[in-house]
This record gives sequence, structure tokens and C-alpha cells, in this order.
Amino acid sequence: MTVKEFAQQQSLTVAVEGDLSREIGGGYCGDLLSWVMSRAESDDCWFTVMGNVNAVAVSVLADCACIVLCENAPLDDDAKLKAEQQGVNILLSEQNAYTLAAALSKAL
Amino acid sequence: MSLITLHYDVPGDDFTRAGEASGNVKTHLKKLGFNPTVVRNVVIALYEAEINMVIHAGGGEIDVEIDPDQIRMVLTDHGPGIPDVELAMQEGYSTAPDNVRALGFGAGMGLPNIKKYTDDMQIETEIGVGTTMRLRVDVPA
Repeated sequence: MTVKEFAQQQSLTVAVEGDLSREIGGGYCGDLLSWVMSRAESDDCWFTVMGNVNAVAVSVLADCACIVLCENAPLDDDAKLKAEQQGVNILLSEQNAYTLAAALSKAL
Repeated sequence: MSLITLHYDVPGDDFTRAGEASGNVKTHLKKLGFNPTVVRNVVIALYEAEINMVIHAGGGEIDVEIDPDQIRMVLTDHGPGIPDVELAMQEGYSTAPDNVRALGFGAGMGLPNIKKYTDDMQIETEIGVGTTMRLRVDVPA
């Protein structure tokens, strides 16, 4: 399933469009950046409430397919800019990480 | 003589720029065709060390040497030094302030992660003088 297909299926808002055709390989939930960076897998869809510039850096370094900001967590302006520069997909949702991760698990 | 040497100045207390050096090293390693595991190990260790410099030491310098069989990194700062390295190496131990924790850091995983993702890690630290960290990631044959 691609990032675009998951976004459409779950009615996620695309805040930053990097490469929406990227395939999602799995999912990871977490907000502690060091924890996520060392455990998230390449091509994971990362569910978090961290919408800061460091989350974008972690996503790039861990090679996640996309960031999904859950429960209407805000995306900082500098994070949006950095994501645009780095081509990081960022999606927004009012749903929580559990609901979205469960949906992704079913879909994959 | 190394294949490539890279140098970065890391500004202190600027979280918006933290990760630039790690990201740049990642780009170089990918272009050179290193395998994804090696790239991942290097950038995780380097990013953690870079963030530590920003949080605790007011910035510093990073030197990276890339060879076909290993990647060596030297991170030098002139911060306060680490009073108890053994304690700092314990997962979950952190002295990061609240404003840093609010950003998602300060889980006490920085140094343990660096150790986990490198083949060699040496810390030289002196209170009031600074810290030098030497890291090495080997490339499997």
C-alpha cells in the first residue's frame, strides 16, 4: 500500500507531499525521538504527536515512508519547511495512533 | 588517506539545525553505495551525538573519515564534560532539561544508542574542559 492510498483510505490530510507513491512497509508508534530512531524500520509509517523539526530529521535518518501526526497534533512551521526541503511525507489526522495503526495493520 | 573526509561545525542550542551533519553524511554514504545497515548505524550514532552536543555542550565540531572498510567519527566539544560516564551510559539516565524533553529528547538513550550502533566508542571527557567522542562503524566484508 502506498502512502497516498493509506491517506485516502483513512481520510488523512496531506500537509507535506514528498513522494506519496512510496510503499509503506510497516508501522511504528512513538514520540521519544531516540527511541523511534533506533527502532523504526525503513519504510515504516510513523504515528506520532511530535510535529517539530527534529521529528522530520528522525524520519529522514530512519528512512520512514511518512509521518502521521495523530490527534490533531500541530505541525510547526519550521518542521513543514524542513519536510518540504527533504521530501518527507507528512499526513494529519484527528484519530489516535492506536486506531490508525490498527487500520494500517489490516490494510497491509 | 581516507576516501572522503568531512568536517562540520555544530551550533549550540539550535535545534532547528541539529541533524544537518548527520543528514549530509547519510547523503554521502548512500552516494558511495554503502549498504543500508551501515548507513543507518552511522547516522543514528552521529545524530545522537550531534543532539548531545547541542543539548549539553553548546555545540562543537564533527570530523568524519569514510573508508571502504570503516567510517570513523570524532566529535569534539568544549562543554561542561560528563561527570560520570558510566552513569551516563545507562539507558534511561538523562540530565536533559524539561524544554528539551518537550521536544522528544532526553529519554536517556543517547549514549546507549551510540554504543549500540557502533563497533567502537571511546569517550575522553574532562570537567570544565569538554568531551571528545571517537566512534567507528565497520563495514562488513
